[in-house]
Amino acid sequence: MLAHEFMRNAFLAGTFVALGCGLIGYFVVLRSQVFAGDALSHVAFTGALAAAAAGIDVRVGLFAATLLVAGGMGALGERARSDDVVIGSVFAWVLGLGALFLSIFVSGSSGSDGTAAVRVLFGSILGLSIADARLAALVAIVASLALLAIARPLLFSSIDPEVARGLGLPVRALGIGFFLILALVAAEATQAVGALLLLGLLAAPGGAARLLTDRPWRGLALSGGIAVASMWIGLALSYRIPSLPPGTAVIGVATSAFVLAALLARLRRRGAVPMPGSGTADEPIFAEAS
Amino acid sequence: MRTELAALSWNPVSDFEQLTTFPFMVQALEAGTIVAVMAGAIGWFMVLRRQAFAGHTLSVIAFPGAAGATLAGLPLALGYFGACGLGALALSLVSRSGRSGLSSESAAIGTVQAFALGLGFLFVSLYGGQLAGLEALLFGTFLGITAGQVQTLLWVALAALAALAVLGRPLLFSSVDGAVARAAGVPTRLVALAFLLLLAMAVAATAEITGALLVFALLVTPAATAQRLTARPGPGLALSVVLALAVTWVGLGIAYFSPYPVGFWVTTLSFGLYVAVRAGTHLLAGPRTQVVGVPA
Repeated sequence: MLAHEFMRNAFLAGTFVALGCGLIGYFVVLRSQVFAGDALSHVAFTGALAAAAAGIDVRVGLFAATLLVAGGMGALGERARSDDVVIGSVFAWVLGLGALFLSIFVSGSSGSDGTAAVRVLFGSILGLSIADARLAALVAIVASLALLAIARPLLFSSIDPEVARGLGLPVRALGIGFFLILALVAAEATQAVGALLLLGLLAAPGGAARLLTDRPWRGLALSGGIAVASMWIGLALSYRIPSLPPGTAVIGVATSAFVLAALLARLRRRGAVPMPGSGTADEPIFAEAS
Repeated sequence: MRTELAALSWNPVSDFEQLTTFPFMVQALEAGTIVAVMAGAIGWFMVLRRQAFAGHTLSVIAFPGAAGATLAGLPLALGYFGACGLGALALSLVSRSGRSGLSSESAAIGTVQAFALGLGFLFVSLYGGQLAGLEALLFGTFLGITAGQVQTLLWVALAALAALAVLGRPLLFSSVDGAVARAAGVPTRLVALAFLLLLAMAVAATAEITGALLVFALLVTPAATAQRLTARPGPGLALSVVLALAVTWVGLGIAYFSPYPVGFWVTTLSFGLYVAVRAGTHLLAGPRTQVVGVPA
């Protein structure tokens, strides 16, 4: 399997993108920001289309649009944190803009009817060149390191923003920084592996890890591990079964992990009486901010 | 696609006549009106329940439905309704714990959506890479609607509004205060499932016509704008429907006279309105934001 260059490239990019998505996804799930992550991947899609319509390098549009919107979302502060209506409204408009750029792009370059759009939406992890794969891996590594650098205060401010602020942590700046890291990964992952894989790798491993353990560091490691394992198993599966697209395979494995974790959490809740104070897996670790 | 653009004469009467000359435009206006009324009403509850993510996920689920139906040689409508119905069931399963597990819920919805997209991609690739319909599915074929489709849409909308009227009171109660509603004997879980199914039906009925994206825009933005302006259910619902109608009509009108797609204009108009209202209420009310709740 690894004799093929495209498979080696896929594994190189896939491993690190999955690791980055898994680590960031744990925080995304912890902060209930999956919808924001989903929106950012569509922002990347729209940005790429805008750049394509304007005839400039797709990557420029991708990163510029995603980082800009992420900065804006982060600046809205914690009030926008779980306000899915605000995200939804911005999201709807971004999709409308996407429709605009797609129509300009399609009418501008005859014959390419939206295949670029489809490529951005679903990606083509098996079609990466070695340079693309290296860049994707590099961006993912940088994002993971940046995340680990702020992981401790970020964890604190995600779990209990009030206390964190009381202790003098820059909660707002942390939120914006986190959004920018998320945007970096979203932009890179969207064009390398597609918006579909990005969403699945953000939501499912983080969700599974949250269901399996209440310990933050263990959860973070678990989330990254599940994401990387999903990527490897998915790529191998799609190599064995040629009609199975890699994106579908990876998402399928990650979804199975999530479903298994949910079943396990339910069994555990049924079986053992929860220790007072320890909290069951389903219980939020943080008091709900109103 | 029209190569020549219609000229705007700035005379409202003749412009309106020009708009309604072509049957495709009349049908687009009819369909837009039906969709706007339905989406405005259902969207108001969706926004009240903070289920925009779920609504978006349902509209995305229309895609694997269509792709699966195409692959199996079934009618498209069956695929839309089947997939959206299944999606609603899956979502109600994962969002069972209302308050606790808030973060798990957002992860579960995201997982459902990603899995649905993955399935859709599988169906498309099994079908042989015919992706031409994808763009139409996402962004709609507003200007290619037949009279038969408008009629089907009308029946679905009437059924949905009737269901909403029956469901309205318990739904409002359990949306505003789930715990109290449960204590008062309202079957909140059943109501939540019924609402998700209703939302799914609305999305499925409109996906073929307006595209999955546009229906989401009509569901979320006018309702969010209305809830910024009033917290009272009756006027809020009416306002939401009126705003949805206004942006649809104006959007269709502008799109007719411009080279850019309907979806862009409708989303831009509604988002502009939302931002303006947000800024306006913010300035008037001061820094405190208004919370939607029961009328005093």
